[in-house]
Parts: sequence; structure tokens; C-alpha cells
Amino acid sequence: MREIALHLLDLAENSVSANAKKIVITICEDYRADLLTASIEDNGKGMSPELVKKVTDPFVTSRTTRKVGLGIPLLKEAAEESNGRMVITSTLGAGTKVEVTFQHSHIDRMPLGDLPATFLSLVIAHPGVHWVFHYSVQPPGDAEKMDFEFDDQPIKDTLGDVPLTDPDVLAYVRGMLEEGIKSTQFVEDKQLFDFKRRR
Amino acid sequence: MPTVKSLEDLKRIREEALKKREIKNAPGTVQLVVGMGTPGIAAGARETLKEILDFIEEKRLPNITVRQTGNIGMDSWEPIVQVIIGEEPVVTYGKVTPYVARQIMEQHVVSGKKVTQNIIPA
Repeated sequence: MREIALHLLDLAENSVSANAKKIVITICEDYRADLLTASIEDNGKGMSPELVKKVTDPFVTSRTTRKVGLGIPLLKEAAEESNGRMVITSTLGAGTKVEVTFQHSHIDRMPLGDLPATFLSLVIAHPGVHWVFHYSVQPPGDAEKMDFEFDDQPIKDTLGDVPLTDPDVLAYVRGMLEEGIKSTQFVEDKQLFDFKRRR
Repeated sequence: MPTVKSLEDLKRIREEALKKREIKNAPGTVQLVVGMGTPGIAAGARETLKEILDFIEEKRLPNITVRQTGNIGMDSWEPIVQVIIGEEPVVTYGKVTPYVARQIMEQHVVSGKKVTQNIIPA
């Protein structure tokens, strides 16, 4: 997979199959510390310490008993290739947290990718889960830290029985995510950025 | 495009959605299921799903639910999309690129004509 956003989508799917009712995805780009951190925390059924050890190894998990497939080993490798690592903490019956770090400036670090598309698919396609997304950016130099938080609970409370796939609701949620993330992002070179987007 | 999205806006959208529902008297509901396991995502399922959502928004289609599911078990056919219209049997499509997704939406979901070349043979 070519984007961190796609990996997060994949990991979120694990959380959903672990019967999580609430899933929090946090992404922090810290240009000062040269770190990119992404984590996904759920209140699903959790894993035993033995399973936690196994899930990062693609060759130990056997198909009949597995809870996860290649997703976790792939992301772990991607993190380690760019001077980062993956930490999994899990408590049986309470939930799991997977955290990955990357050296932000590392040449092999994969791009963050399309976060709005990832978040939108999760919110729309798993309406039974309470989704919270945090995205923060600490730009280099003296610039202030930027924060974006999205919580789908107020939206669902307001909507009542109107589905999220209603065209106007869809436009509302998509706009909220796209604008929120765009205005939080740090753009090093505005012209170069626009040029890349146009291609 | 307005930049501030408040819950007040959403309330207004909700009222309008409820009004539309009363007028239209809901025809058969449409369910779309996109396979989002690791193989599906690697094959581009998120872009397929995005295209479906964009189409719903663009053509203002009511009564469609979109869900994700894990690995369906036919990796070589990913991305996979299942279409369920009302009481009709499930139609499973394979190799659904955004382009094919648009064809499925236009022909199958809107006009009821299946996109035969992408149906996975049972």
C-alpha cells in the first residue's frame, strides 16, 4: 500500500471486526521533532499478550485462528524502513491501541495520503461505530500548532433517522473533513504543492 | 462552498431530507457492499467507494446504503462490490475500478441493467 491513510483504513477494519464501538484515530505531523505519529485506538475485544506478539509476524499467524492478516506486518515494515517503529498495546476485553511512528523527513517514508477519503469511507460505511479523528500539525519554526478534530456523534445525534448516505448529508460530512484537513496541513512550498495537485 | 459547517446547517439538511422522503414514498432500497479487507484496499477499494459516494452526491440519489465488509475471499477479483436492490438476489461484481463503479451506478442502480462483463461467475 502506498499511503499511510490506506494502512489506517486497513487497521480500522481490524478494530471493527474486533467489535469495537468507539475508534479513535490520531495523526500528528511534528516538523520540529521530525516525527510523524499515527495511532488507532479501539474499545474492541482486545488481544492476549501471545496474540499481540504474533500479529506482527506474517508467518506465524495461521489462517484459521487469525484475527489479522498481512496488514499489521506491512505497516510495521513501512515504519521501520523509515526509522520508526510500531507499538501495540492491548488488554483482553478492553481494547487495542496500535501506534506507528515515522521519521517525517525520511526519504522512504510513505506519504500520508488521502486522509479525508479514508475518514469518509469509515464514517459512512460503519455507521454503528463512534468515530473520532484527530489531526494535528506542528509546523517548523515559530508557527503555531494546528489542530483538527472530527467527532461523528453530534452529527448522528442531529440526524436521527436520516441516513449518512443522504446526498446532502454526504456533501456536508465530506466538506467538513476535506476543509478541516486542508486548513490544518502545513504546505512547505505553496506553488510546488499546487503544481503537484494539478498533475 | 461555505467554509463553516455548523450543526445548524446539518439540522436544515435533515429537515429537507425528511420532506423529500414524504414526497417520494421510498421505492426499493439499494444496498452496496464494498470489500475492504487488506487485499481490497491494496487493489484500490477506497477509490471505488469514493466514486460511489461522489456519484450519490452528484446525482442526488436517495435510499442507498453503503457498507464495508472484510475479506470476501476472492482476492484476485478485488476490488469487489455487491449490489442488493430490494428483494432481488445479490449481484457480485469483481475488478471494480472507479470507472466500473460509475458504470454500475449508472446502469444497474439507476436503470436496472446489470453490467454483465464485471459480474463474478458463481
